[in-house]
Amino acid sequence: METYYDPKDLKKFGKITEFQKELGEKYFEYYGAVFEEGALTKREKALIALAVAHTVQCPYCIDAYTQDSMEQGCDEEQMMEAVHVAAAIRGGASLVHGVQMMNKYKDLSM
Amino acid sequence: MSEIKTHISLKSQGNDFSEPTYQLQLLQSAGLTTFQDSLDRSGLFPFKPTKLEILQINLGKMCNQVCKHCHVDAGPDRKEIMTRETMLECLEAAKNSDCHTIDLTGGAPEMNPDFRWFVEELSSLGKKIIVRCNLTIIVANQKYHDLPEFYKKHNIELVSSLPYYSAGKTDAQRGEGVFAKSIEAMKMLNAVGYGVEGSGLIINLVYNPSGAFLPPDQTALERDFKSRLSRQYGLLFNNLFAITNLPVSRFLNYLVASDNYHDYMEKLVNAYNPVAAANAMCRNTLSVGWDGFLYDCDFNQMLELKLASDRQHIRNFNEEAISNRNIVISQHCYGCTAGSGSSCGGTTV
Repeated sequence: METYYDPKDLKKFGKITEFQKELGEKYFEYYGAVFEEGALTKREKALIALAVAHTVQCPYCIDAYTQDSMEQGCDEEQMMEAVHVAAAIRGGASLVHGVQMMNKYKDLSM
Repeated sequence: MSEIKTHISLKSQGNDFSEPTYQLQLLQSAGLTTFQDSLDRSGLFPFKPTKLEILQINLGKMCNQVCKHCHVDAGPDRKEIMTRETMLECLEAAKNSDCHTIDLTGGAPEMNPDFRWFVEELSSLGKKIIVRCNLTIIVANQKYHDLPEFYKKHNIELVSSLPYYSAGKTDAQRGEGVFAKSIEAMKMLNAVGYGVEGSGLIINLVYNPSGAFLPPDQTALERDFKSRLSRQYGLLFNNLFAITNLPVSRFLNYLVASDNYHDYMEKLVNAYNPVAAANAMCRNTLSVGWDGFLYDCDFNQMLELKLASDRQHIRNFNEEAISNRNIVISQHCYGCTAGSGSSCGGTTV
């Protein structure tokens, strides 16, 4: 069955340079540097990436950072907590706008 | 995923994955760069041994556990164990060798009825002795409860598998209740001084991934293990070895049954590291099977890839005669050369 998302396409990610070499290569160089051990550990970065993957709902990123988190020694409980962090921020981002709604409501009310 | 029986060995099930020929054919038919080609490109083929440092002796395939990833296909139903006669031949070889370490493995080596006698005899040689103890054997039966004292008496260095610092992942790989029993055994070992600073008694733990993925950075993981095991259980250990699962026997069966085989092999091949290859354990280690036959490593032993030499049995051991052999390789060898490398002593890079 043909779908918009094909898991095999993840392995072809590097091929985006075929259509724009310079920018693609710059991006991958930057990408590699971001995930190197720095002030944050590789493990912390993997969990952040996993949470963001769920926020942007990218199936490729979810596959990639589920595996990466496991390869950084995370277990299922830690990984699900990261997803809850994403969900909490995402839910909070909607709810905090409730204050704007309340302000406007009050402005318009007697 | 098709159902995998986990309470008896593949051999007892008559499973194809217990057959070395079947496994080797599968490994060679994946259509990936051959290990020989990778070595050749790194200037390492033919693959030659360096100086023999470690004699690793497999005392048998009998074990009290049936771990899902076990490359030995060990279990309580496996009856292959080393006889005292073969042990005497190993002792003779060890005496005539300059190797500094004797590494005892299995199965659960302690289940061999001549295990303690053999350790006592080996002790007189003045070499370092490692026992690969699965921890749970210590609490499996009253006759093993004094093992910590026995190990201490002979200053044995212990290497013990504990794939995670929580029960879920550990039990999923090694069997229901294994984590709790391992913690109990570690407490007994700590009580006699193992892992305690200044005691001189060493216990190193082994992490291996509980699935189709590569191990994390060994140093970072050791920090996590130390912090978690100390905080939650008050346990001490010396070093953590992060080991890659090799596509042999039960782990190969799991990879195929879970449809992870091709991706995993591709990952290993893509992660080939020539430095890890140069430091591979088969170059300084000789593996002795339960029946006395010689191999370049324990994985080759399980695939029945005997030493490429006319000295194929420990009774004919001659260090010089085997020093110029070619190490026998196949596609499973990628497991030891991926990323930071993998050996019985952890990473190699």
